[in-house]
Amino acid sequence: MKKIKVASIWCESCSGCHMSILDMDERLVELINKGLELNATPITDLKVPDDDTDIGIIEGAVATDHHEEEVKMMREKCKFIVAIGDCAVFGGIVTMRNYVPLNELLKRGYIETESTVDGKIPTSPELGKHLPKVKAVNEVIKVDYYIPGCPPSADAIYHVLKEILEGKTPVLTGELLKYE
Amino acid sequence: MDKKKITISPVTRIEGHARVTIFLNDDGKVDEAYLHIDQFRGFEKFSEGRYFAEMPVITPRICGICPISHHLASAKATDDILGVEIPKVAKLLRELIHMGQIIQSHSMHFFELAGPDLILGWDADPRIRNVVGLIQANPELALKAVKLRKYGQRIIELVAGRRIHPTFAIPGGVNQALSEEARDEILSGIDEMISYIQEGIKIALDFIEKNKELCDKFASFPSGYMGLVKEDGSLELYDGKIRFMDKFGNVVKEFKEKYYLKYIGERVEDWSYLKFPYYKPFGWPEGVYRVGPLGRLNASDKISTPLANEEFKKYKEMDNGKPVEGSIYYHYARLIETIYALERAREILEDPEVMSKDTFVTGKPTNEEGIGVVEAPRGTLIHHYWVDEKGTIEKVNLIVSTGHNNWAMSKAVELVAKGFIDGKNLTEGMLNRVEGAIRCYDPCLSCSTHAIGKMPIVIELYDSKGNLINFVKRD
Repeated sequence: MKKIKVASIWCESCSGCHMSILDMDERLVELINKGLELNATPITDLKVPDDDTDIGIIEGAVATDHHEEEVKMMREKCKFIVAIGDCAVFGGIVTMRNYVPLNELLKRGYIETESTVDGKIPTSPELGKHLPKVKAVNEVIKVDYYIPGCPPSADAIYHVLKEILEGKTPVLTGELLKYE
Repeated sequence: MDKKKITISPVTRIEGHARVTIFLNDDGKVDEAYLHIDQFRGFEKFSEGRYFAEMPVITPRICGICPISHHLASAKATDDILGVEIPKVAKLLRELIHMGQIIQSHSMHFFELAGPDLILGWDADPRIRNVVGLIQANPELALKAVKLRKYGQRIIELVAGRRIHPTFAIPGGVNQALSEEARDEILSGIDEMISYIQEGIKIALDFIEKNKELCDKFASFPSGYMGLVKEDGSLELYDGKIRFMDKFGNVVKEFKEKYYLKYIGERVEDWSYLKFPYYKPFGWPEGVYRVGPLGRLNASDKISTPLANEEFKKYKEMDNGKPVEGSIYYHYARLIETIYALERAREILEDPEVMSKDTFVTGKPTNEEGIGVVEAPRGTLIHHYWVDEKGTIEKVNLIVSTGHNNWAMSKAVELVAKGFIDGKNLTEGMLNRVEGAIRCYDPCLSCSTHAIGKMPIVIELYDSKGNLINFVKRD
């Protein structure tokens, strides 16, 4: 069986989808033995995916200028892009901040909170710039496959990766397509 | 005098959105170091206007690695708003899934994230110094690591219905009783899992023994310590009083969660989106402290379960009875807590009330405020909500576990940078040690922003005119 290179990133999210990938448990080891090769992911040391990466998994919404750069980089490097989890698929819970002006969010977080003493909004140039509105991944780049859910089940993720490994087009139906 | 600057940045910037800047003086020695946490999510603001009962479902989305901690701290805050005492079985089952999460989070960190350094070596080839390398080097151990994490997640799945972001804890209790099948399955695995953790302890102690001098010096510094304890001063992870201990090991204060604002303040620094909590009566920076496994074991007098307590006695001897200061000891403390979580899970499942079907009480919002505190894997987690008479959220204040350790992580980075960085000769091994300092704390940077595993890093060294004079990268 041919090797399939998989890379993954997370943007504005909770990392629960990556936890769901790990929730494949022994099946993850099985996929690795079948030819799934972990390229640049949060659990390996590679910095950026190889130029011939087959699958790019993106968790999380696009909330900062850094995220925009990262998802574009993934699109360039990967043959297929899989948006995993509600935040990547349509913006998810992260978009709750879209209803509040950014400066009010920051003011509450860094000045008004009851436990904060002499607060101020951090402005260091070392920190990323928030976009005015959080976006789904497909508002920035083209997405090939979607796995919805918060998070998607390990079964759904396993099904998608296994189908791609076997050269098929993954389709989620029945129990595997759960909006929860 | 012009300073030279080194930036250590996870180039992909996704790995916890943290970066480090280090300033050198003219002779290449480290002058200052900063850890920048680069993410802000806004939960404290955008939760305003939601119904209070939604909070145990909204707030776990802060973090997918410890969603149960947020779920439970939130549920406790909503109990407080109802003003009810929840049934004993609800407390037991909530604590049970909490133990499941401690087992999965701690074991994943030790074996799959920090382990490669201890098992494969600090200076191992970075291309194999990760969990995949571990699978190749020691497949048997790697499989045990997978099974440990699976077991912890399975507890959550069996008791709460799903592994990540369950809807199990509700204001007033929990929404389903325990099945006999679930109880039996969990009980049947405990001894095997304890044996796996004991293997991990062997690895950790072996590392400590062979590298005692390094462990005692590496990112070692005095600080205060904070954690929940039971009435008798023993370790507590779900429901107890907050104990604050000073750097000499004296218990300075024990307080109920509702008084947290009197004792904990948060400072904002311009260079980080993560605030810096400190013990208010001591002021800043005298009041800085550490939480999480090392903070908790330092602050506790004993552990209430037998096997974990035996290890705890050894831990206390690491610094001759004084608080243990070396950051590397976090790894050992984490494993001891995992043994406790496994033993405590057994105690819960053997409690005669655990099968009770009366899992919740109901009521109307009666209090204007609710506070919930648990010990998340990474430290004390505080949720505080204010509501109107209908139960609509007016204000939210969260102090998140990794936040408490923000100062400590920065300090650890600074000390390791000063101890290992030679500005004239940067090396990859030095890089890994700076990362290792951060990794001791298992920072859950999703709760601020999270890093799992290794940070791909570039260190760039500029002269005072901004010219790049040296760099090291790890692909």
